[in-house]
Amino acid sequence: MANEEGGTGLVPADASVSHGRDVSAGTAVVQRDLAQNPGLPPHRPRTTDLDPKADKRSERGVSLLFYLSIVGSIGAIVSYFALPIVPDDPASVRLNTLFIGLSIALALLSIGIGAVHWGKALMADHEGIDIRHPTRGTDATRERAVEIFREADQESGFNRRKLLRNSLFGAFIAFPLPAIFLFRDLAPADNDPAELLRHTMWEEGVRLTRDPEGTPIKASDVTLGSAFHVIPEGLNETEHKLEEKAKAAVLLMRLKPEDLNVSPGREDWNYQGIVAYSKICTHVGCPVALYEQQTHHLLCPCHQSQFDIKNEAEVIFGPAKRPLPQLPITIDADGYLVARRDFTEPVGPSFWERGEYEQ
Amino acid sequence: MSSDTRTAPAPQRAAKTSVTGAVSNYIDERTSISAVVKEFGRKIFPDHWSFMLGEVALYSFVVILISGSFLTFFFQASMAEVEYDGSWVPLKGLEMSAAMDSALNISFDIRGGLLMRQVHHWAALLFIASIGLHMLRIYFTGAFRKPRELNWVIGFILFILAMGEGFTGYSLPDDLLSGNGLRIIDGLIKGIPVVGTWISYLLFGGEFPGDQVIGRFYTLHILLLPAIIVALIALHLVFVVVHKHTQYPGPGKTNDNVVGYPILPVYAAKAGGFFFIVFGVIALMAAFFTINPIWNYGPYDPSPVSAGTQPDWYIGFADGALRLIPPGWEFVLWDRTWSFNIIVPLVVLGGFIVVVLLYPFFEAWVTGDKREHHLLDRPRNAPTRTAIGAAGVTFYASLWAAASSDIIATHFKMAMEHVIHILQFTTIVGPFIAFFIAKRICIALQKKDREIALHGYESGRIVRLPGGEYIEVHQQLDEYERWKLLNFNEYQPLMIRPNAAGKISSAQRVRASVSRWFFEDRIEPVTSKELERSSHH
Ligand code: FES
Repeated sequence: MANEEGGTGLVPADASVSHGRDVSAGTAVVQRDLAQNPGLPPHRPRTTDLDPKADKRSERGVSLLFYLSIVGSIGAIVSYFALPIVPDDPASVRLNTLFIGLSIALALLSIGIGAVHWGKALMADHEGIDIRHPTRGTDATRERAVEIFREADQESGFNRRKLLRNSLFGAFIAFPLPAIFLFRDLAPADNDPAELLRHTMWEEGVRLTRDPEGTPIKASDVTLGSAFHVIPEGLNETEHKLEEKAKAAVLLMRLKPEDLNVSPGREDWNYQGIVAYSKICTHVGCPVALYEQQTHHLLCPCHQSQFDIKNEAEVIFGPAKRPLPQLPITIDADGYLVARRDFTEPVGPSFWERGEYEQ
Repeated sequence: MSSDTRTAPAPQRAAKTSVTGAVSNYIDERTSISAVVKEFGRKIFPDHWSFMLGEVALYSFVVILISGSFLTFFFQASMAEVEYDGSWVPLKGLEMSAAMDSALNISFDIRGGLLMRQVHHWAALLFIASIGLHMLRIYFTGAFRKPRELNWVIGFILFILAMGEGFTGYSLPDDLLSGNGLRIIDGLIKGIPVVGTWISYLLFGGEFPGDQVIGRFYTLHILLLPAIIVALIALHLVFVVVHKHTQYPGPGKTNDNVVGYPILPVYAAKAGGFFFIVFGVIALMAAFFTINPIWNYGPYDPSPVSAGTQPDWYIGFADGALRLIPPGWEFVLWDRTWSFNIIVPLVVLGGFIVVVLLYPFFEAWVTGDKREHHLLDRPRNAPTRTAIGAAGVTFYASLWAAASSDIIATHFKMAMEHVIHILQFTTIVGPFIAFFIAKRICIALQKKDREIALHGYESGRIVRLPGGEYIEVHQQLDEYERWKLLNFNEYQPLMIRPNAAGKISSAQRVRASVSRWFFEDRIEPVTSKELERSSHH
């Protein structure tokens, strides 16, 4: 794409472009007869330079702004007292926020605009020129620096006394090591995290209860097409409520029994078409809280994984891989839904050691 | 009156000078501050609106420090369970962590508390946004070239740290949304091979969510990360002083000078005033616009979540990357779980970050240019760099859009699956298209510049020559305007030459082909001969 003349006019960029030092310009090129820099354009005076009235006006404007700023600051204090927060009245909070904020903004903006205007319109606006120097030190400075290091080396024997030096390096490597161990107790020492992830609160006979009230659910309450957010009975009374809930939360739905594709071994996991699935997404653990009644799909709002309840919650779209684990359920003597046992696999997001627990 | 002030001041000023003089003398005798004033007081800074982006970042950080300090006086970084008894009726009697409780109290029971929370949050958003824009400015003008490569690295680390600050801060109120964000982080960490389970266990002090993480994030958020950020900002600015600021090419400006205004007084007034303007704008936003209404979300509970919830925008690209992974990317091998649906986004994003971080060194290697560069490039004059930047922006933007895939789907009434597939396409193919288009545009603009420099603007005025011919009069540029179009850096592709042993190394070969890719398409700068010839027309 070079024009026909370019070839002859081109020379590699020479060193003189860079402070007269011999620095490689790489593959840069310059035109031998490049046009000349015309230098700074002539200075143009501003209206405030020419017209004393405009100057005076600007000055008054700026000082007015500064006075306005004082008004704003006082206004903020006045708003603080005049617009107290009234308990149980959210409108008072809004007023308080609005007026304190506006007054502070007035105080700040007036200072800012005033100062900038002062700088632009009233201060001398002659452009200055600084000369740049190469970032590297001068040759003399650098030589002296090298010499200092050499002297220091000689005086300390840093490179001569190898044993001394290397043992110091060893000590430097070793001394931060204890810190790594000190951090071990960030989490309790007597548990294996993978083992903890394996179990939930569910076990044989634990009732399914409504989230968050904790009231038990009769099989007859679960009508076709309805969905219940479920926690194990007694969860609200446990000490580590949130930790347990983060694993044990379950979604309960009723489908027509003939709509369910049940795999061998899971025949007695549903109760007359009522199925319970872990609500914790197998992707990275958001609650899979959206149930589409017509299609019987569960949707995770975080990254849109979709699970098909008709097919044991297998993934039909999205980044999740594994189906939601199913909680085997039945009813107890009083007709309340209960778990048959804990989940047969860890719930929630994948983790490294999880493979061990798979069939 | 005015004549009074003109005659009177002599003794007055003398008295005043002696007070300031005495104070200055006192300080200087103990600090030798006069040397600092002498060195920096009249230092020249060039002027351009795009140089203010970095300033916005700096000033919003100061606002973050001020508002954040206020908040720490009231915030309780504890996950101990309490019963809410504050002024916000809908949540009364609910059990929540002390963190959430105190965040609500700041919002509803402390005068100006909500304002400060919103100042803090808006300032944080502005901080990250302005760093991002500042980095784009640096990139597209080539301000990262020697001697500023290391400052690019520092700035980039600051960007990452700012996002870390944002995320830890967002988590502190322990509300439903931030808890879900933590839940996602927990799931992400658990997906890391070998160490993931343990890192999560240690971070949360046991099982998720545990009762530790808020306190730990608080330490990171108000102590560790800010300390590192302050130190790096200081270093960043020291480098700005050492290198002196870059400037755009223009008449009178060379690679060896800085043209602009002195710190004292003009720059101090403008930059100082600008701080107040930034602060004031943040205060305005905080006064008018609610941000992060935790009272609507309620305390964290692992069970509920609502549709359409999203992370703060700056985390969006990471969230979007997770969404774009096709189904089924997880395997069990040797009894261990390999979650490629997590590993791949982490590696891709990590790779992207490393590429951006190392770009200055890459370009320096391609050009082999060891000179210092203080004159900025106009983006069009570095077509390949600009095109690479456009590709990167497209990649980031696709990931970012993916974080809103559900909202896009409902808004445009599209199937979720289609939205994801389109975004998968734009993420992978989009950058190539963007590269191509951007490069073509740059070259077209360069051509146009060349035309204008030689022949001037089309004035739209048609005249009839004595011979009867019609021509459009071209308005010639003055020499100052023209110089802006003429002055730019130019490279040619690397010619391979055998080394001393008469061999061509493979590194040379690679460099030559990359260099060809970079500089093959070029527009020659205008020579003075051409200029002369065109002016005789
Ligand atoms: S957490 Fe459910 S799709 Fe990501």
